[in-house]
Amino acid sequence: MIEAQTKLIFEQSKPGRRAYSLPENDVESFDLSEQLPKHLTRKEAAELPEVSELQLMRHYTALANKNFGIETGFYPLGSCTMKYNPKINEDVARYEGFTAIHPLQDPATTQGALQLMYELQEDLKQVTGMDEICLQPAAGAQGEWAGLLVFKAYHQSKGEGDQRRKILVPDSAHGTNPASAAVAGYDVVEIKSSEKGTVGVEALKSALGPDTAGLMLTNPNTLGLFEVDIVEIAKIVHEAGGLLYYDGANANAILGKSTPGEMGFDVVHLNLHKSFSTPHGGGGPGSGPIGVKAALAPFLPNPRIEKQADQYSLNSNYPDSIGRVKGYFGNFGVNVRAYAYIRSMGAQGLQKVSEDAVLHANYLKARLANHYDTPFKQHCKHEFVLSGLRQKKQGVRTLDIAKRLLDYGFYAPTVYFPLIVEECIMIEPTDTEAKETLDEFADAMIAIAKEVEEQPELLHEAPTTKAVRRLDEVLAARKPKVVYQK
Amino acid sequence: MTKQHRYLPTTQKDQEDMLAVIGVESINDLFSDIPMSTRATKEKAIDLPEPLSEYELTKHMKALAQQNKTAADYPFFLGAGTYDHFIPSVVNHVTLKSEFMTAYTPYQPEASQGELQALFEFQTMICELTGMDVSNSSLYDGFTSLGEACNLATAVTKKQTILLSGAIHPQAKEVVHTYAYGMEYKVEELGLKKDITDLQKLKASLTEDTAAVVVQYPNFFGSVEDLLEIKEMLKETKALLIVMANPLALAKLEAPGKLGADIVVGDMQPLGLSMSYGGPHCGYFTVKSQYMRKVPSRIVGETVDIEGKRGFVMTLQTREQHIRREKATSNMSSNQALNALASSVFMSAMGKAGVQEMAQQNIDKAHYLAQQLKESGITILNDSPFFNEFAIELSKPIAEINEALLEKGFIGGYDVSENLNKDQAMLVCATEKRTRKEMDAFVEALVEVNR
Repeated sequence: MIEAQTKLIFEQSKPGRRAYSLPENDVESFDLSEQLPKHLTRKEAAELPEVSELQLMRHYTALANKNFGIETGFYPLGSCTMKYNPKINEDVARYEGFTAIHPLQDPATTQGALQLMYELQEDLKQVTGMDEICLQPAAGAQGEWAGLLVFKAYHQSKGEGDQRRKILVPDSAHGTNPASAAVAGYDVVEIKSSEKGTVGVEALKSALGPDTAGLMLTNPNTLGLFEVDIVEIAKIVHEAGGLLYYDGANANAILGKSTPGEMGFDVVHLNLHKSFSTPHGGGGPGSGPIGVKAALAPFLPNPRIEKQADQYSLNSNYPDSIGRVKGYFGNFGVNVRAYAYIRSMGAQGLQKVSEDAVLHANYLKARLANHYDTPFKQHCKHEFVLSGLRQKKQGVRTLDIAKRLLDYGFYAPTVYFPLIVEECIMIEPTDTEAKETLDEFADAMIAIAKEVEEQPELLHEAPTTKAVRRLDEVLAARKPKVVYQK
Repeated sequence: MTKQHRYLPTTQKDQEDMLAVIGVESINDLFSDIPMSTRATKEKAIDLPEPLSEYELTKHMKALAQQNKTAADYPFFLGAGTYDHFIPSVVNHVTLKSEFMTAYTPYQPEASQGELQALFEFQTMICELTGMDVSNSSLYDGFTSLGEACNLATAVTKKQTILLSGAIHPQAKEVVHTYAYGMEYKVEELGLKKDITDLQKLKASLTEDTAAVVVQYPNFFGSVEDLLEIKEMLKETKALLIVMANPLALAKLEAPGKLGADIVVGDMQPLGLSMSYGGPHCGYFTVKSQYMRKVPSRIVGETVDIEGKRGFVMTLQTREQHIRREKATSNMSSNQALNALASSVFMSAMGKAGVQEMAQQNIDKAHYLAQQLKESGITILNDSPFFNEFAIELSKPIAEINEALLEKGFIGGYDVSENLNKDQAMLVCATEKRTRKEMDAFVEALVEVNR
């Protein structure tokens, strides 16, 4: 049994304890306070913890034991692609040749790092079908924002910047899509999905006009459905003078099967922390490179990584660039891991990744179809949605089902998203799960469906096996306590 | 059929069994909804290098890594926003724990208490260092944190101009310009007075429309700006004071929160994160309590469970993208949680005394180096007190000097000639890792190559 409460590290602190050693200072001490105006010298020390090294390790081990990661168990979180994060990638990313180099070193002294980034760009061109790649964005949302700024710069270059102020976003889109459009200075127009769960071409047509800057689309979308009209969609958006943005959060479904470039997209981002196996780290760091078609290349963030003969270099001489979106070259360490993954998989391996991801999702969907409502009947791609509507009528909410899954030893799927499906349960099993695991999960979901009928209190009370029971989120928001106070 | 891949458990037999349950004959049936014209075919299949075994991969990666000249092999005098600091071993051990490393954002708090508590502790440590009331649980890096701060300032003041000190990191300026391009506000740069912000220029530039003034602390040239004096100037205006601070320096410098800063941001890299060619680092973002509900990205708050037990949740999320998505003032979703954790482990390991000792050693080493250079006839360009880096004037192009230094086994400083409007100026840094011996040798080498 997990210890119920772990003291905060501040509560374990005792004056005088330490977990560090520094070399003895071998130069004269310098009293900066003699030079500084009095008010700029710190008077009270920051109350940081004072613990021994073992206390520190026990503390973080206790915390780790209260956390669920991919190696703990099945993590079917939809649209998050919680696949295995290969161990060897952690090893190679820790080589000093990658960690102990400085972004402002002379490029002649970092040729290995530049070569790696250049080759990753080339690989991602293949995967996306785009003409140029920029590795700078730190995550998907930053890629979206950078990509939309590229839209903006493109339209301005055509003299249509003031006119094209609207970004169209389907109602099934990831929450970051409209938010990214807003912080790129755009107005957002929501496009209603059709009954089939895909973008309605008619609804799209009526929203398109001379004020359209572009359309953001996830394909397959967040319902796990492929946008079968994509060729037509791309055509009418382009005819209206707009551009197409591909949200790559769901790219795990199409690797080696199709490319956003072939589908007609102009700008793409990929989440290397999803399809390309880099760890999510409890929320980050990720990496969200963008790719563009040639016509948009002049507007990519600076600098670019280029190759002449055998030399790799940095080039900021692109005057039409939207500028820099982040420090240096993006999350290099994350990109090292993604590069190692691509090198480990090869083209056929990536294709198998998508085949297995799609196979697993359809298998789980088939196994659960008699026990939960499946709002969309067609085959899905790498993820699918269920609706807990049937269970809701019996007094059990999707949230209860999610919490009950925790008691069964699984992480919960994404719930209440996308917003267009009532009591939504969004399941993404990924390519790295064995059939036995999928079966165990399906068995648990079926058992839970039975509990809804026979013992609903088990769901209302869940979870009972975790470090804490259900938490009062209203209290947390109403009386925010966001730092420890003695 | 290719060989079974080590990461992919599904066998031919598994596939057949699953296809039977699904009710289709072939895997291709599950991809038949992809329009033919966009489907990959043999002729237009993606082209990638052949897959490597684990052993081949390590050889390949090692070969790439070995082409880079590292701080592990060369005494390192380059700083300028990213620093070669000591990192205790425990940091790596904790961040490798898969329960932290491989988890997603804690959407199910009951199964994510470890991560949530660690981030709550991180927020507390950051508030301690900065003297601010509220911290989020990290952003991408220091520069994007600054961009978010400028967006926040224009949103809450309803003013449209950001004044940037001339002494902030050049890439931070670039990122702020990009944010301003998005949200369509103005950015003005203030000049320099020698090595610090030109306060007269600042005073003259303040208008009705000023949303915020941005200063770096210590600034890009290592010098300590007088935040109190700047805050005094803003008294008559609505403008916010945004400070981008090096968290290590805050162990010795007065906390910006006590000097009137409204928003304090920066990068945790000096506290426990490897340089890693510029990323992933970890931005921090703190505000005074009145702006708590405007903070971008995620904040962890304390609460209780139904049995009254203490627990932690992500909170104040209404301001995020979940609700009123199209009216968002920030699109931050992923953050740098694992690096926030790394930094927390660092701050816990070094503790109250350790960060002070380390910061003091940085001061000591940098001033020793400055003294030696001065005695060797090299001009120090900083007039104001500095922390762990400073600018020097040299007589040859900096690129040339750095090349010659490399041959002698050193990584030299950063070329700031343009930034300081000098013919040849170099920003040099000495952290706690530099020994007297290394610095003496560096001075000797620098004097020689500068001849």
